[in-house]
Amino acid sequence: MPEGNNIIELDGVKKHYGAVRALDGVDFHLCAGECIGLVGHNGAGKSTLMHILAGTGTPTEGTITIQGGPEAAYSVQRARRVGVRCVFQELSLCPNLTVAENTRISHSSIKGWGWRKRAADLIMGRLDEIFPGHGIQPGDVVGDLSIGKRQMVEVARAFTVTDDPLHLVILDEPTSSLDAHTAGQLLAFVRRSIAQGVSCILISHMLGEVLGTSDRIVVMRDGKVVTTDAASAFDRERLVATMGGAEHKAAAKSERTPVPDGTPVVVSAIPASQPNDTRLTARKGEIIGLAGLAGHGQTKLLIDVFDNNRAGISVTAPVALVAGDRQTDGIFPLWSIADNIGVGSLKLLRQGLLISPEREEELATTWQKRIGIRTPDLGNNILSLSGGNQQKALFARALGSDAEIILMDDPMRGVDVGTKLEVYGLIHEEARQGRTFLWYTTETDELYNCDRVYVFRNGRIVTALEHSELSEERVIQASFAEGGK
Amino acid sequence: MTTTSIPAPVDAGRRPLNVARLLRNLLPTLSLVLILLAIAYLNPRAISYFGFSLMLNLAIPIALATIAQMFVITINELDLSIGTYVGFVGCVTATWLHDAPLIGVLILLASIAVYAGLGALIHLRNLPSIVVTLGMSFVWQGLAILVLPKPGGTAPSWLLGIMSFKPPFVPFPILAAIVIALVVHFGLMGSSYGAVLRGAGGNGQAIGRAGWSLLKTKVIMFAMAGVFGVLSGMALIGITTSADANIGNGYTLLAIAGVILGGGEFVGGRVSPIGAVIGALTLALAASPLLTFMHLPTDWQAGANGVILIVVLAARALLGRRA
Repeated sequence: MPEGNNIIELDGVKKHYGAVRALDGVDFHLCAGECIGLVGHNGAGKSTLMHILAGTGTPTEGTITIQGGPEAAYSVQRARRVGVRCVFQELSLCPNLTVAENTRISHSSIKGWGWRKRAADLIMGRLDEIFPGHGIQPGDVVGDLSIGKRQMVEVARAFTVTDDPLHLVILDEPTSSLDAHTAGQLLAFVRRSIAQGVSCILISHMLGEVLGTSDRIVVMRDGKVVTTDAASAFDRERLVATMGGAEHKAAAKSERTPVPDGTPVVVSAIPASQPNDTRLTARKGEIIGLAGLAGHGQTKLLIDVFDNNRAGISVTAPVALVAGDRQTDGIFPLWSIADNIGVGSLKLLRQGLLISPEREEELATTWQKRIGIRTPDLGNNILSLSGGNQQKALFARALGSDAEIILMDDPMRGVDVGTKLEVYGLIHEEARQGRTFLWYTTETDELYNCDRVYVFRNGRIVTALEHSELSEERVIQASFAEGGK
Repeated sequence: MTTTSIPAPVDAGRRPLNVARLLRNLLPTLSLVLILLAIAYLNPRAISYFGFSLMLNLAIPIALATIAQMFVITINELDLSIGTYVGFVGCVTATWLHDAPLIGVLILLASIAVYAGLGALIHLRNLPSIVVTLGMSFVWQGLAILVLPKPGGTAPSWLLGIMSFKPPFVPFPILAAIVIALVVHFGLMGSSYGAVLRGAGGNGQAIGRAGWSLLKTKVIMFAMAGVFGVLSGMALIGITTSADANIGNGYTLLAIAGVILGGGEFVGGRVSPIGAVIGALTLALAASPLLTFMHLPTDWQAGANGVILIVVLAARALLGRRA
């Protein structure tokens, strides 16, 4: 690869969030007029890498070199100045502003008399070029547009040019809200831009798009680049195999004894956007995994099961939920550990009209012993615990209640290995005693704890895998399956 | 969990949404017209040059305070100190600005700087603006009492002159309201930096990613609130001719009500300067003139404002129901 032609180069870039190594030494380079496809499974580090390129994240270690010059203080402003643009997956338009006003936001040079007209001409020119027949007006308020049109505006805005140059556009799942027709328009435009010397990084779970659009494909896994090769050297199978890392498969495959035939079904749920009547079923005492790429309808189905007020959902026993995002959905930050555990079982703790402090204490102490919450005093504030122990308290809340079905929304995010193993053991034990678990996880290794795994894609169940059929490759294969679009 | 990727239907439901938006935008005007019709019905003579001058006299300071509040609401904050701040400005206007204009001007400029500083403090320390401004409301009240321990003072004569200006054909309060609305509309809705300021309320992260300083937007918006608070206090003293430390206390909630009545929303950067001025006028009319003509005691004033607010917001909620 000609060195002088690199517009951007990363050397040994690491990014750590506490103990989590989101990026663990990435070397990466990109030439002018090249399109790189960036693929990887959940948590491989794609988004972190992109944030570092866009200047919104600073690497813990490593160097960034742009057009041959090392960047000491790389920032959002600097990234714009050197011509790096980014289309983030979470839309970064202001919903209260019009399309033209949003265009002005990303161009500080559009000001003075007639700025609105100039911004409108700029964005409309690009929209017409990329998505002919888009039906968007410059005066439309973004909040009123459909999600697909918002994504079109966002993409078109990234390609508008005023003062700052345009060298690299990073597209993170740019087609996730586009229909097949507009997605095709976008990818054709990307190829035209490449021909004009603009570089692109395309992050997508649509492997067909990546294979068809990129010149080179970079596969990431566990915060590292595992393979870089010309796109023509890949096909779907090789891509999937590389992402899954075929070598480390039989890892910790714990044995599960199937529940006997005739065990009553306690949960039966059809996802809201399921076109057929494929359903998730859980029998008493089973551990059921929900897999697939993050944000493809798993949490939504868990919440539907929790609410149990929609056709297609039937739940026959009390339910408790262990939240994944414990800071916003899980803990009560001002309460003690004991209060946080007891809040799931207030009815059982009641004595007359009041809560009995003795019973609350008893419940908390029982679960502290069973689950091993490390604290000198359960009366301490919940925030005095480490993240893993906070999560244990949330498990204690769910397991200490009278719920027979426990829903888990990716609860092990950012939890250390020791805690994980303790909780896995507890889940198996509780399942033996007849509790049912629905477990959404983004970590494939955790799926080996399940009797049956449902793989989700675009809000639908695409595959059900029994414990014996389970392998990371099959899960990834199903997650990236391209059908229905 | 962000968006699930369901292909979006093209061009679905555009028309009805715009009709609803149009109605929503017209709602502030409709409420004002309704109040005016009620007044015209109860007392036709009030609908005259002199009648409007009298009825809307106090609407000017209310409109200015409402605009001040609107700047703060634009960036998803709330100012609970605007009322006592207006009172403080009133006390300074009736004393220092009259006796020693230079010192008076300096005090008022310093108070605007304090407002700007609050914006910086709230942004940098990530404090809830409600708490900070609630605290400041007691500070302004205390300062006002220090400046003017008992009611009194004298308005500067030039200020009295401005506030008793009688333009031909159009009553002064109406003219003033139009000027205020248009100036702020141009600044906040029309200017290119105004888009950035409103965007900071709509999606601050996006503004930050585009390379703008969020600190600057907060400082500017709080400083603008300070500027319009000063204008409000001065206008108030120009009408009442003397001051009292408690003179502006009711303005805090009136200003919030005016912004909301005018089509603004507490979060999301959705505000309308023209609507806010109309909202302030509606509240000013509904308060005393309407009640006087209905032969209701002024004790009912606050309650009447509340009822209007609830009715208008209920209508808005019905119109704004998104599919």
